[in-house]
Amino acid sequence: MAATRRSRASSGSGKGAADAAQTRGFEPDQLEHLYRSMLVIRRFEEKAGQLYGMGLIGGFCHLYIGQEAVVVGLQCLARPGDSIITSYRDHGHMLATGMDPKGVMAELTGRATGYSKGKGGSMHMFSREKGFFGGHGIVGAQVPLGTGLGFAHKYTEDGGICFCYLGDGAVNQGQVYESFNMAALWSLPVVYVIENNKYGMGTSVERASAPGDLSQRGASYGIPGKAINGMNVLEVIEGAGEAVEHVRAGNGPYLLDLKTYRYRGHSMSDPAKYRTKEEVSKIRSESDPIDQLKKRLLDDGVFDEDHLKEIDKQVKGIIGEAAEFAQNSPEPDPAELWTDVLVDA
Amino acid sequence: MTTQILMPALSPTMEEGTLARWLKQEGDTVAAGDVLAEIETDKATMEFEAVDEGTLGKILVAAGTEGVKVNQPIGILLDEGEDESALDAAVQEAETASGSGGGGGGGNGSGPAAASDSGTAAPASAATPAPRAPDKSREGAPEDAPEDAPEEVYDSTKRQTVREALRDAMAEEMRADPAVFVMGEEVAQYEGAYKITQGLLAEFGDKRVVDTPITEMGFAGLGVGAAFARLKPIVEFMTFNFSMQAIDQIINSAAKTLYMAGGQMGCPIVFRGPNGAAARVAAQHSQCYASWYAHVPGLKVIAPWSAADAKGLLKAAIRDPNPVVFLEHEILYGQTFDVPDVEDFVLPIGKAKVERRGTDVTLVAFSRMVSHCLEAAETLAGEGIEAEVINLRTLRPLDTATILASVRRTNRVVTVEEGWPFAGIGAEIGQLCMEEAFDWLDAPVTRVTGKDVPMPYAANLEKLALPQPDQVVEAVRGVCYRSQA
Repeated sequence: MAATRRSRASSGSGKGAADAAQTRGFEPDQLEHLYRSMLVIRRFEEKAGQLYGMGLIGGFCHLYIGQEAVVVGLQCLARPGDSIITSYRDHGHMLATGMDPKGVMAELTGRATGYSKGKGGSMHMFSREKGFFGGHGIVGAQVPLGTGLGFAHKYTEDGGICFCYLGDGAVNQGQVYESFNMAALWSLPVVYVIENNKYGMGTSVERASAPGDLSQRGASYGIPGKAINGMNVLEVIEGAGEAVEHVRAGNGPYLLDLKTYRYRGHSMSDPAKYRTKEEVSKIRSESDPIDQLKKRLLDDGVFDEDHLKEIDKQVKGIIGEAAEFAQNSPEPDPAELWTDVLVDA
Repeated sequence: MTTQILMPALSPTMEEGTLARWLKQEGDTVAAGDVLAEIETDKATMEFEAVDEGTLGKILVAAGTEGVKVNQPIGILLDEGEDESALDAAVQEAETASGSGGGGGGGNGSGPAAASDSGTAAPASAATPAPRAPDKSREGAPEDAPEDAPEEVYDSTKRQTVREALRDAMAEEMRADPAVFVMGEEVAQYEGAYKITQGLLAEFGDKRVVDTPITEMGFAGLGVGAAFARLKPIVEFMTFNFSMQAIDQIINSAAKTLYMAGGQMGCPIVFRGPNGAAARVAAQHSQCYASWYAHVPGLKVIAPWSAADAKGLLKAAIRDPNPVVFLEHEILYGQTFDVPDVEDFVLPIGKAKVERRGTDVTLVAFSRMVSHCLEAAETLAGEGIEAEVINLRTLRPLDTATILASVRRTNRVVTVEEGWPFAGIGAEIGQLCMEEAFDWLDAPVTRVTGKDVPMPYAANLEKLALPQPDQVVEAVRGVCYRSQA
């Protein structure tokens, strides 16, 4: 079963795969939530790209467009009290955990109303309230950190688990395997999620990783692994459910390889010449996570066109407000330069 | 409503670019995500995608135009159902905008000009000087602290090695707070490579005394993650030499996250272990990391000398809500000192101790070099020179008040450290004296440091590489303008 799904995913096509995950079994409310959440991320990222173009967002800005099904699907399996940590392609994760698009966008524009008061930027945002632990800029560094969050869940017996995301570019960092070893050795409750978008910056997986199945990178530590089509949100939920249950039941870590794709460059300044336009447009037209769900919702008669248009309109409104807020908020007070270096003892 | 299409910034440094090619023509329908044009930046040719949908009503900047400023209107997008009249008005508005100085950006008040050139709060703008630093690295003791505040005197003391004091500090804090745990290589069953964690496994069990694999980056990062989740890890490095495997986690994750999170995400963690040169273990195992870690805002750095320092400061470090680097010294582990025999003996972080009073010269040192300074002071006393010896105890934040008060009395300073001279702790203290006590100095601040070479193995060369008490004596004679007695 897993092998079948893998081959479908790696073909880059969602056609037929959706048969494995019909909308039946999902409540209309949940389906609407999935559609809306993915759309919020898509529209947010498009807007962020636009604001970057206008010079309102600076520095590095890594967009999540194309990968929405991964985090939206996995968040459906998360519970309050779980922790989530990722690297720098993090806007989608924040929005999926329920962080306010206004605060996220205002952080991108470097304003006082941003989640980090404008001092973190695109790659460094956090929300203890939502269990989102960043937002980390060094490739692979979030993996030991997420393992530590798992350690804390176990130590405090709070019942939570950690969803620790990493890219296909991070899987060759040594600290990832240091973490796998400790997580397996101590049965830590961590779901490691490789967001395999096929390129670590400009280097394809094939050119960076020795041949083999990334989902089996934990095999020698006894960490079970599974590849999932990360372009179809229903398949993500169905495919990852077992992994999350395994971890929640105290059986130690699990490794998921979510096959996905980013439409944009690595960051805003990446012209993405390392792949063909045909490759990008083929995936966009055949496997787009939002289009796939939309088609399924319409075909299955869950919602009609008007209902989805209404959602589109609402989402556009939310993002428009976030952009307005982010542009109209004040920059941090100069005195903020010196705050938050240390906690007052 | 019409939408202006503005020349985008497509890299962090782009100010203008070439509009290489339009991929949509006037009259074409545009959907969000469609590539509108190709733009050459200072680095590459990039595709410029539409965010809004509509019809491309007018191209304002022709293909092939060079030097198009960021945010200059390059086209007009018409909404569904809009006609020519809307277009005319929009074109007029856009032309006004681009005519108003190009680099100034769109005149509609929503461009970056409005955001960053207005001078309202941009920290980088010349018009708004940055506020003066409340210097975090040098605010160990308040400036108005009484100059000669006496050390607290304890009626009852007990003889203890530094090793025992460190263990007792951890044990007491672990008893007091279930969130405190210790992890590292050989800390549990082996009871510590240097026996610092002796007895802890028996008392606290393997949940709280955790043997790790040899995996410094991994367990340092794991500890930081656990601290984000509000546990209070004590991470032992078998020696600080191995912390280089983990230094990214210490600096990029532990030290910076609070700031990057706008104060949301504290990291109460202690990284501890022996630092500096032991004996005959050569270059890779004999290095002082004091100036490396003391360089970093967001860390506190402690380097105890005596057993009392070790006990009182390690307890303070464990309680501190910030990441603390705690630099011990292998050669001191077995040395015995008086430790106050009181319940809950805690010393303040950021406060130095005057170990010996003197009037002629100030010796500033930390960790093992305090012993060298005290030995040198004895010798110097025989020559009629009374040296004051300051044990820094904490390197960041540095207790500048104690140093400066002493310098203003003795007018001469010699700093002593085991580390290399370049950009070292002594260099920092020299600069401090120049900035804050220049008029009190009767001689240039002089440094005694480790030699600027990797640590050699041969016994005679190792001795030459490390500061020795006689070199301290010699340096003091120099600043006192005395020839050898």
